[in-house]
Amino acid sequence: MTTLAVALEHRSSARILTYAVPIALALLLVPLVFEQYHTILLTYGLVMAIAALGFNLLLGYTGLLSFGHSAYFGTGAYVVALMVKYLGVRSMELHLVGAIIGSVIVTGLFGVVCVRYTRIFFGILTLALSQVLWSLAFKFFWVTGGTDGLRVPTPTLLGVVTGQDDKTAFLAHAYYYYVLVIFFAAVTVLWVIVNSPFGKALQAIRDNEVRAEFVGIQIWPYRWVAFLVSGVFTGLAGALWVPLNGLTTPDVLYWPFSGEIVFMTVLGGFRSFGGPIVGAVIFNYLKTYAVGLTVYWQLFLGVVLVVLVLSLPTGIVGTAERLLARARRRG
Amino acid sequence: MDLPIIPLLNALLYASVLFLIAGGLSLIYGVMRIVNLAHGNLYAFGAYVTAWSVGAVASGAPTAVLYLLLPAGALAAAALGALLEPTLLRPFYKRAEEYQLLVTFGLLMILEDVMRLLWGPYPLSASALWEQMGSVTIQGNLYPNYNLLVIAVGATAAVFLWAFIYKTRFGVVLRATAQNMRMASALGVNINRIYIEAFTLGCLMAGLAGAIIVPSQSAVLGMGVDALVLSFIVVVIGGLGSLEGALVGALIVGVVREVGITWFPEIELAVLYLMAAIVLLVRPAGLFGRP
Repeated sequence: MTTLAVALEHRSSARILTYAVPIALALLLVPLVFEQYHTILLTYGLVMAIAALGFNLLLGYTGLLSFGHSAYFGTGAYVVALMVKYLGVRSMELHLVGAIIGSVIVTGLFGVVCVRYTRIFFGILTLALSQVLWSLAFKFFWVTGGTDGLRVPTPTLLGVVTGQDDKTAFLAHAYYYYVLVIFFAAVTVLWVIVNSPFGKALQAIRDNEVRAEFVGIQIWPYRWVAFLVSGVFTGLAGALWVPLNGLTTPDVLYWPFSGEIVFMTVLGGFRSFGGPIVGAVIFNYLKTYAVGLTVYWQLFLGVVLVVLVLSLPTGIVGTAERLLARARRRG
Repeated sequence: MDLPIIPLLNALLYASVLFLIAGGLSLIYGVMRIVNLAHGNLYAFGAYVTAWSVGAVASGAPTAVLYLLLPAGALAAAALGALLEPTLLRPFYKRAEEYQLLVTFGLLMILEDVMRLLWGPYPLSASALWEQMGSVTIQGNLYPNYNLLVIAVGATAAVFLWAFIYKTRFGVVLRATAQNMRMASALGVNINRIYIEAFTLGCLMAGLAGAIIVPSQSAVLGMGVDALVLSFIVVVIGGLGSLEGALVGALIVGVVREVGITWFPEIELAVLYLMAAIVLLVRPAGLFGRP
């Protein structure tokens, strides 16, 4: 790397810190300022942001559009629910470990099959495989509760904090901070990954598979690892989501839920690192308000999606960056 | 041992409907290279239109008139397709495939709620047609005549499609476009027109599937989303873009599903999805697809 490129890199990370730090501080203050309802909504948003960030490692950085990420989200959710039901485990840390192990196994296996393909076939294959899990959760009702799903009580955080007396206060306070810490950790880890040589190799594969191969990158293993990492982050999000929702049903394994993950990522902008975070949080608010406002919320979201891909293909963050750049040139 | 005629008929019934849906999906992909995620919703739309129009005139109308209403769903789905292709899909042909999938996913959400808006959240049935056809006795069991009609319609549609695509001038142009769009365009084929016709034909098939199945089931919300995933299995097994593949794929899925319901009901769906995955691994382009 040339000196200039290094200098540019440093400047861009410094610039990111100038807005990442205030946002992080603002997030820390949320439960103190806002009502419990809004804090819990934001917790949902942050959980989905982890899922979308993980998903975007494939779409934005590897150039693979998965329509089956509901499988890994659902794996995380169901591992937690099954651990509670059959092993009586209530510790959130053990849940997270279990969810990570579960999603490593599932994504590892699915990845071997899926990463041989790209483009449309990759999408269809991920979708088909995710539906295997959905149909199992749906049909083995004596294990998984079928369409009724499995109830999950509030977990124990770090072995001390439980939400047995006031569940809402627990979710809006202790659990919010718990999710926030994991969110920060996930963002940092993914930031390191996409800026590492490994991440650069993925982007090289995305931009030109043939050239990347000539440079000596082994396409298949790189894609597989990206698939694995992507799925594990989404599975982690699934595990964090269950205590919030209190219930997991086969709906989180069904493929339209994968579509929602794609939706939020594109809404925020899949070409930028922070896009999926913005997209997930905004999508969550958008969906909650649309569902509260009308039974025809799908119609509303569908129109938003069509207008979005027609007129703002770079998403909210991409468009904002372009407008900022234009304003800066003028000013 | 007797031939298992009734299970075989059930498999054929299922395959007929699946062939129409998946064949339409495959045709559209073959010509336009677009995977329409909202394709299942056009099937549901056909079912709703037929159920609604039969319900609207059912009281007192002679049976023959009701049967004439059957194709209403197919025609409505075709009209909807003819409307959607130039307005919503055309701007996306030059964009990346990801955007095409996304815009059709948006369309799926819109159509799902438009149907809820038009026909309400409750199932809509047209069972009058199904009941009036009576039933036959096969190996001591009653079997509804209407199911035989569905199988006949599926088989006729397959023959007509084959003749249409391999024996008419339009079919030649369609195949030429599927093979090499630029070359066809250079030879004077009006690509825009072919695209709109292919998309309309695909939607007509989906709508026909909905229209003929609705008297024996009923139109419910979410039927399109379920149907789409099943037709994905069919086209993945048969080969995306191939009509023969859609036919063979639909027959395989129909038979496996019938066997599965009897012998392994819990993993019937999982087996289908795994079959699709295995076919993709062994023959990436499907049994009949061009690699």
